[in-house]
Order: sequence, then C-alpha cells, then structure tokens
Amino acid sequence: MSDTAAAQPSEIRTRQRVKKDAMMSIEQVSKEFDGTYAVDSVSLEIYSGEIFALLGASGSGKSTLLRMLAGFEQPTSGRIRLDGEDLTGMPPYKRPINMMFQSYALFPHMTVEQNLAFGLRQDRLPRHEIKSRVARMLDMVQMSKYARRKPHQLSGGQRQRVALARSLAKQPKMLLLDEPMGALDKKLRTRMQLEVVDILESVGVTCVMVTHDQEEAMTMADRIAIMDEGRIEQIGSPIDVYESPKNRMVAEFIGSVNIIPAHIEADEEDHMVLSAADLPVPIYIGHGVSSGIDDRDMLFAIRPEKTILCTEKPDGEYNWAQGTVSDIAYLGGHSVYHVRLDSGLVVQTVLANTERRTPRPTWEDVVWVSWDSDSGVVLRN
Amino acid sequence: MRRIDLSRIPGARWGIISSPYLWMLLFFLLPFAIVARISVAEAQFSIPPYSALFNWAADRLTIEISFANFQWLMEDDTYFRAYWQSIRIAFYSTLMCIAIGYPVAYTIAKAPPSVQPTLLLLILLPSWTSFLIRVYAWMGLLSNRGLINQALVGLGITDGPIQMLNTNFAVYVGVVYAYLPFMILPLYANLVKHDNTLLEAASDLGARKIITFLRITLPLSKNGLIAGSMLVFIPVVGEYVIPELLGGRQTLMIGKVLWQEFFNNRDWPMAGALALVMILILLVPILIFMRVQQKELEGRR
Amino acid sequence: MKSLTFTRCMFWFGILFLYLPMVVLIIYSFNAGRNVQVWAGFSTHWYAEVLRDRQLIAALWRSLRVAFFSATAAMLLGLLASIAIIRMKRFRGRGLLSGMVTAPLVMPDVIIGVSLLMLFVSLQQAIGWPAGRGLNTVFIAHTTFCVAYSTVVISSRLRELDESLEEAAQDLGATPVATFFLVTLPIIWPALLSAWLLSFTLSLDDVVIASFVTGPGATTLPIEVFSSVRLGVSPKINALATMIILAVSLVAFTSWYVTRRIDIRNRRLQVQYLKEAE
Repeated sequence: MSDTAAAQPSEIRTRQRVKKDAMMSIEQVSKEFDGTYAVDSVSLEIYSGEIFALLGASGSGKSTLLRMLAGFEQPTSGRIRLDGEDLTGMPPYKRPINMMFQSYALFPHMTVEQNLAFGLRQDRLPRHEIKSRVARMLDMVQMSKYARRKPHQLSGGQRQRVALARSLAKQPKMLLLDEPMGALDKKLRTRMQLEVVDILESVGVTCVMVTHDQEEAMTMADRIAIMDEGRIEQIGSPIDVYESPKNRMVAEFIGSVNIIPAHIEADEEDHMVLSAADLPVPIYIGHGVSSGIDDRDMLFAIRPEKTILCTEKPDGEYNWAQGTVSDIAYLGGHSVYHVRLDSGLVVQTVLANTERRTPRPTWEDVVWVSWDSDSGVVLRN
Repeated sequence: MRRIDLSRIPGARWGIISSPYLWMLLFFLLPFAIVARISVAEAQFSIPPYSALFNWAADRLTIEISFANFQWLMEDDTYFRAYWQSIRIAFYSTLMCIAIGYPVAYTIAKAPPSVQPTLLLLILLPSWTSFLIRVYAWMGLLSNRGLINQALVGLGITDGPIQMLNTNFAVYVGVVYAYLPFMILPLYANLVKHDNTLLEAASDLGARKIITFLRITLPLSKNGLIAGSMLVFIPVVGEYVIPELLGGRQTLMIGKVLWQEFFNNRDWPMAGALALVMILILLVPILIFMRVQQKELEGRR
Repeated sequence: MKSLTFTRCMFWFGILFLYLPMVVLIIYSFNAGRNVQVWAGFSTHWYAEVLRDRQLIAALWRSLRVAFFSATAAMLLGLLASIAIIRMKRFRGRGLLSGMVTAPLVMPDVIIGVSLLMLFVSLQQAIGWPAGRGLNTVFIAHTTFCVAYSTVVISSRLRELDESLEEAAQDLGATPVATFFLVTLPIIWPALLSAWLLSFTLSLDDVVIASFVTGPGATTLPIEVFSSVRLGVSPKINALATMIILAVSLVAFTSWYVTRRIDIRNRRLQVQYLKEAE
C-alpha cells in the first residue's frame, strides 16, 4: 500500500548504461542449514550493467545468497539463471562469474602480477595475451609500479585494487563483491567507494555486492535489496528504500526514524487524518492510501531530518507535538535532539547548525516538533 | 580443450577419506581386537605360541575361551602392585612436570614474540635427540661413581656414594626429564593465545598479580593443562625403557612386566591380558585427551 | 614483580635440568679411558671405534631407510586425513577418524608394539601376509603412529589457512585438483616438511615398538644401542650419542637460522614498503 504512498521519482540515480533486461534471474532460491532457512525462497532479477546491493544485518542471509551465485553453496531449492543459462549445480570454476572477497583472498605466495594472471592461466590463454591483459588491468587500477610485489608488501587500499583487478581480469559476465570495503578504515572507505564505482562503470560489468553498511550501499548501488531473516523485504533505488520504506524493518534499518502508533480517522483520495495517543493533535497527510482494510491501526514513520524543531508553539491544528529536550548530540554540521513528549515517547529531530553559536534550545527546555503534511509515511503495523 | 576434472570423479572424495581411514582401522583399531582374542587363549609351545580359538575336531566346532589369564591377574598381587605403582609414578611425575613445565611455558609465552621461537628451540632441542640417549645420559650422572656422587663425596657432604641409579628416584628423574617437553608444548600453545587485555582488565579492576593468575590465566589454560597432563600420564603408565634402565628391583612397572611376560616367558596370552587391562585402565584418560584434542583438531570452539 | 622473578628462576632451572646431562655426556665421550667415570685425558678414540663398528653402521643404515619411508608415508596419510577432517566437514565416521589419529599420540609404546605384533602374526596365519617380520613390519608400525603426529601438525596449519583463498582459486577457474596444487600446497608445504621431519625423528628414535615387530636380521639402531646400554654406561655409546646430538642440533639450528633470516628480511621489507606507501 505504501507503494502508492510514495510518489517520489525512483529512477533519478539509475545510470544511463543500465538496461532494463534481466541478466540474472534468481527464482525461488532457498538454502537450508540444519533445519533453518538462511535464505528463504528469494526471487529477484539483476539488470545488465547495474550495481546491485544486498543490504542486511549479519545473519540476514545476504552472504549465503552471494555464495550461491558464486557456486560455493548449492541452493536447497530454486534456480539461478544467467543469460537464460541455468547455473544451478554448476561448480564455481565453470561459472562466468568472478568474486572479490572480503579478505581479498590474494594468494600470498604469488606476486601481484601472478595473482592477476591466475585466472587467465586457468583458461589456457596464450602467454602474450595474458601478459598484455595483466598489464592493462594493472594500469586500470594504477598498480603497474607494484607488479612484482607480494600481497603482504601492499597497503590495504592497494590490496583492494589488486583484488578488484584480479576479479575483473577474466572479463566476467558478472562481478560479485563481498563486503568490498569491510577491511578498510573509514576515511579510505569513502574514497575507495567512488573509485571502485568509477572502475566498474568504465568496465561496464554487472555487479552484485553484499554489505551491511547502508551508506556504502547507497553510495555505490543503483538498486538495493534489503534482506532480513533470509527474505527480501524491499527492492528499490536508494531513494525508494529511504523515502518510501515498505515496512517498519526497512524504515528502521536504513537511517533513523521516529515510529508513532496511529489510528486512521479518515482516508480520502487526497488526504488522510490519523490520531495518535502520543500526540496532542492529529496527523494530517497530503494523500490517501485507500487501504480498504479493516485494520485501521497503523504506524506513522517520520525521519528526524524531516521534522522542524521550534521554541514556540506552531500554528495549526495538525502535525505537531510538545515536549522537553532530554538529550542533545552535537555532530558539527547538525545536532540531533531527543525530545520527550508528554506521553513519555521520545522523538528525534535534527537542527542544522547553519550559524555559529546562536542561542539554541538546551536540556529541559520546552520545545515543539512539527512536520509537513507529506514528510512522513504510513506503515502497516 | 577439456581437462580432466578429478572432483567430478565420484571416487576422489571417497579415496581421500578412505586411505587414512582404512590404514588406521587395519593397523590401529583391529590390533586391539586381536589382543583381546589372544588374551583369552592359552600359552603353548607352538608357532604362534597360543592356542587356537576355534577347534574343528570330530565334526564338532569348539570355541575355547580361557579366562585363566585374567584370573591369574587377579590372584597374583605382583600384577596388581605393578599397575598400582605405574599409576602412582605416572601421577607424581605429571605433577612434577606441571610444577616445572608451567613456569617455563608461561615465561616463553610472555616473552617478546621475536625471541619466542629461540626460547622454544632451546626447550625442544634436547627432546629431538634420541629418547634413549636422554635416558642414558642420566645413567652416567646418577651411578655410584657418577658425577653427582663424585661431587657429593668430593665436597664432603656425604661419606660414601648414595645409591641413586636403580631406584625409584632415578625413574622419577628420567620420566620428568624425558616427558617435560610434552607438558611444555601444549601449555605454551595454549598460553600464547591468551588475550593480554584480559590480564590488563583484571588488574584494572583491582586484582593483584597472583589473583589475576589464579582467576584468569589458570582457568583459561585448562585445555592446555589437560592435554599436557594426559600426554605425560598415559604413556608413562606404560613406560618400559626408563624403569628398565634407571629403575631397580623395587621398581615394578607394568610396561616392564608386560615386556618380560612377552620376551622372557614367551607367554603371549598373558601379555595380551596385561595390555588389555592396561587399555581399560587408561580408557578414561585417553577419552579425555581425545575430547580435548578433537576440539583442537576440528577447530570447534 | 615477585612472581616474575620466580618464573624466571624456574625457567633457567628448567634449562639447566634439560642441558646438564647432555653436556656431561658429550664431555665424557672424549674421555680416553675405558672407565667412563674417571677422566683420563682427551681422545677421539671412541669416535673411531663407532665408525669402525660394521654392525652399528648397518643398523643405522636400516633405521634411516625405515625412517625415510615411514616419514613419507605418514606425511601423505596425515595430509589426506587432515583434508578429510578439516575440509570435508560432513561425512559419516569423521569422529572415529579423528579419534584414531589422536589416540596414538598417548598410547603407550608397549601396547602399540604388542598389539601390532599380534596382528601381524594373526594375519600371517590367516592370509599369509606379511610373510615374515622385518623392516617392512617396522615400516608399517612406524607409519601408523607417525600418522598421528603428522596429522596434528598438518591439520593445525590447514585450519589456519584462509578458506577463501581456495574459493578464490576455484572462482577464477581452477578445478579442485588444480586449486590444491597451485594454492593449497605452496602455502602449507612448511607444515608438510615439519610433519615429515617430526615423523623421521620419531621413527629413528623408537626402540620399544620396533623391538616387538621386527624380525631376524632387521635390527634397527635404537635396538642395537638399547641392548648395549642395558649392560651399562660405555664411552663408545657416549661417542655415538654425541654424534646423534650433533646431527640433530645442526639440522635444528639451520632451520631455525633460515626461518629467522627470512623473518627479519620480510619485516625489514615491510617497513620499507609501508614508508614508501605514505
């Protein structure tokens, strides 16, 4: 129902090169380990040329799904097709898919060059062909200087580049990235995210990545699938999943969100009104959801940055709440305020620090939190 | 060009598992069954020197099982005393190995990582030289005219030489000397894995050094301590070379008794019965050791 | 600090305890007199005696041959057992296999010896194999208990090996067999070497098991030494022991020195590269 609630354009970030034809289709794939389902009948399609992210907490089944794509695990049931060809049951060394491992898995006894040539040697390519291709890959990741070094003589960022080059050397139909930034520190991570995306775009390879870091997924991916307990909760562009989460799990997993239980009072075509026990005034939303279901108890979800903090009581009979400041986190660019409503519910709100050292609300101040009629979303309980 | 893919040959996996499997089944497990079977035979002058289990005579199959050996074992208290003394010597030696081995392992594990291999080499070097030679070295030291007695007499501490060789004392010295590395190695392997921040946390929370050791280090090194103790205790119970070379008349250890039954008396069934009873006595320690070791081997946590 | 000095003291006491008998043994091997305990001047006479003893040299040669083949067989079986236990996680009887390769580590020698001899005799009666006892039965016996040690050494290395390296090789198109030879083996070979060396020394060292399972004309060096040691201390045995100690120390010291050199060089290079990277 909240699909319709979301009217935001969802294709903004989709890149030109992405064609909307399914390159890989995953059909009803499940994986059972000792009676529990790590992956539970997952179906999805990967478009050719896109960067697709599987996002979830540890134990959500995202890594198992990736390992099934690579061929390290066999699905208990379901099929995996690549360009129409059934990959299920095919061993990893026959799949036209390569993977970049979280630990990079660079062979410690081989030089950078030998690492890159490994896959090409397995294909029995002629020697000069291997040589020129390795040189090209080294050039692409700017590692030509380090061709003769062993992996333990490289820094973290350099290792990652070698790993990326090695997984691209065979020109796979599809590239898998397992927590690509997992082994890097935070500063390097942001730089490498953009660098990796640039390389992937210049090669034009279709890519599936697994990550638990939502920022990484949103920076790098065209589309994101959010996984929880072996199931896919939502698939969409970064904007889709952030602005129009399908359910409470997705809303809470990506970014922070205030969740307020609410009851539908009116649900018309162009607006709806909800009452909430925690709020002194009703909630007004600028569109209907025309649910038509009997259960009228819903959740109202609104992100902190979409609320306004003010020191005076706002005008109007909708969309505000009164409380006292219980906590302030000063984060430089903005501050996060925790406001305790009269009902005891604590909501988060954001105050942008646009000016230096102006007077701001402080602990125990009475403040008001308000929002626009199209800022929040309604989720099923 | 198609390459041969061994993993697709169904026998590859089976072959890898079964070759060590069959070897150990045939040459390690099956022998125990044979020992059990011979232990219920009767000694006789023949080749092999024991009676057959099945007899086919006059259209009649008879199975002869004789428990005489086990009965004999129960009645003759020489055997009982030999088992008992073996266990006692093994037990006290294990304690002594812990007393010496633990500080040594601890010192190495706490040394800077760069010198640890050197210290370890220092400890292990003697144990790589022949076991026999190490025991033999003590024969020269402990004998009545050996270096120790010469020193004692020379310094005027005693009037005449003290009998040390061919006593239980010499057996203890030899056992501890020969088996000390088996205590140190697993203890070191365990201690070196300890997280130093645990000790820091303990002292941060106000524990004194001795308390930290007793409450943190000691409990955490439990598995290494068990493995080391079993590696000393179990083989020492069945030790033959040390009591033979260093022990005296009063040293009655079951390994030596078994050897004599087998080689001197040529009583194979009796030797089989002695071995079987020894295995039964050691079964619980062996199972404990296997459990600890299996955890290590299979990497379970 | 008190407990620290205490453990230090115990450490050096331990070292002294370990080395003193060896040192005394080596010194007395250069004693000219026949009587071991009385110093009668320096001489290398007993070394010449050892080298002249045909019987001893023949026994040494037999021991080396058995040790070589046992170590090789034990290394290979230990490698297979390690792969089965560590990498093939689920198969029926895995517990029994890991039990069977663990138990020989503690099993008293007399039990292994007596039970294997009884097996060989029974087998010979039942199927005619092994035809007699000699170096071949010693080889089987030594291989059996060395498999246990070699499995412990190899499996601990194999367990540390990052499984994603093998996965990466397969992902890049290498079959499992190619993966083993191109990736696994080149990384774990030091463990194979130490398993081999350990098995080799254990086989060279064994006297009890070999005494049980050997046959006429197949006396190994330890059996030879043992039979003369039983009669008491002799300067000739001192000389032989010194030679063995020297050989072992040389091998141990070389391997220690080489690994240390490699270690130091790697560390220096690492520092240098890290500086460059900055």
